[in-house]
This record gives sequence, structure tokens and C-alpha cells, in this order.
Amino acid sequence: MKAAVLLFPGSNREGDALRALKAAGAEAAIVWHRERELPQGVDLVVLPGGFSYGDYLRCGAIAAREPIMDAVRAHAARGGLVLGICNGFQILVESGLLPGVLMRNANLRFICRMQHLSVARADTPFASHYETGQVIKVAIAHGEGNYIGDAETIARLEGEGLVAFRYCDANGAIGGTGNPNGSMNDIAGIYSERFNVLGLMPHPENLIDPLVGGTDGIGMFESLAARA
Amino acid sequence: MKARVTVTLKNGILDPQGKAIEGALKSLEVEGIESVRQGKIFDIELAAADRGAAEALLRRACEKLLANQVVENFHVEILAAQ
Repeated sequence: MKAAVLLFPGSNREGDALRALKAAGAEAAIVWHRERELPQGVDLVVLPGGFSYGDYLRCGAIAAREPIMDAVRAHAARGGLVLGICNGFQILVESGLLPGVLMRNANLRFICRMQHLSVARADTPFASHYETGQVIKVAIAHGEGNYIGDAETIARLEGEGLVAFRYCDANGAIGGTGNPNGSMNDIAGIYSERFNVLGLMPHPENLIDPLVGGTDGIGMFESLAARA
Repeated sequence: MKARVTVTLKNGILDPQGKAIEGALKSLEVEGIESVRQGKIFDIELAAADRGAAEALLRRACEKLLANQVVENFHVEILAAQ
């Protein structure tokens, strides 16, 4: 597994993503946003969290229109894996690689805390080291994580099983007070139609070491690293 | 040529910022406000001299970057020819 972590001006979780990938056994390197091509033989592109371009205009809007994103689109079209975390998820929806939009949290606050997620399905390249219905505890840190789609988009996501993770409480009860930001259908992350692109607001890359609060996030990177 | 582009949220899209501003105005006892929706304004200067070409260019700018048409509408207005 060879991974490229894209670094935009204002990204700040690229080091965490790199560390998580390496801890899981993947080969990973940072790629600067001014590059026009991805390194040869890359299997996975990671768009890390942060505040690319200072969240100017709309979160992820400017990064999504950079030339390197044409290379990411081509990579995804070939079936290559793409993982967008937090601001990376925002970049993916702005770039058209995933549907919908991430709006201001319903309570208008930046939310930075631990959050439980329910794994919607484990039969994907990103979640094979989890079990369907498993409850994991990871971090969230975002102001614009309120996932919105039109009725048609939500129906398609649900109908085709493209929801990756849902917000839940410690007991696995989905939604209600377990939904931190107002996201429709308690959506925390979604897949593309071919399950090779995943965008999610929570930060699994921050929960890979017992020293910093848990290891529930490492499963995602082990799932990815276990692939060729 | 000067132009103004206005980007607003589509009807039915929840606007928590607009709601908070609405609440603040009410608490300031500014009477008679029914509702508030927040948007963005871009004041743009153009090299183009032709009005039609300028409008077409600004629409392209909106479609490519300034508005996210999943949730936003845009309006292009030519303010003044130089």
C-alpha cells in the first residue's frame, strides 16, 4: 500500500495521517499541492484535515479547484482509493467526488470532542478491520460538518448503502443526542458509488495510540494497509 | 466595468447564521423583522467593455467557484460601465 497525503496551505493534520498510515504498515509520503501529478504507483490519496486556504469562500472550495485535484479525480476514476478526513471531506464534496455539502454545525459552534460512530458496513477497503454495526470512539473537531443533501441524493446514498459511518451514542444508539452537528440521517461519512472514495468528518487518524486516548481509529488504516 | 455578484442560500436550506442574527436583532428590540437569511456579496472589476460578455463571464465564475449550486443561488448585476 503506497499512500500520498496531499498538503494544502492551511492543512494541519497531514502529520497525523502520515503517522497513522505508517503505524498500520503503509508506505506514505506528503505531496505538496502545487504538484500536478501524483507520485508513480500511488494506491491511496489522503486529503487531511485542517483549514485549507483558511476556509475562505467555503470550506474546501479553493483547494477543490487546484490542478492536483484533476489528478485525484483521474485516480478515483481509475478505481484508485481516496480518503478525505474533515476538511478533506469538505474538499471532496466541493470537488464533485462525493455528493452533498457540509454546512455550518446546527448549533453554530466549533465542536472539538470525542464522538462515537456506528460502522455502517465493513465490506469496503476502508473498514474491513471493523465489523458492521461496531461502535468506535474517535475525535471530531469541526465547525462545518452538518451534512446536507437534496432528497434525491439522500435517497440514493441510503438506497445504495453508501453511508459509511453514522453518529451514535456510547451504546450505539444512532442519532438524537448522538448527532453533534445536525447532519441529515446522522451521516458522519459517505462512500462513492464504487466504494473507492470515502469522506468523513471524524478523525480516526488521531486515535491510533493508547497514549492519546484510544486506538479505535487504527482499524481504518489497517484495512487500507492490508490491501495490495 | 464594475459588477456585483450576490450569492444566497436556496430556499429551504437551513441557515443557522441567519437565524442567530435574526434572534440577536430581536433581542436588540429592532422591531418588525420577520426573518433573516445571510448571503455573500462580491464586488468585481472587469476588463470587458461588453455587457453581455461580462455577464457571461461572471456566470461562469459563479458556476466554477463563487457559488456551490447544491445549496446556493447567484445573481449577477452590472453596476456601471467605466
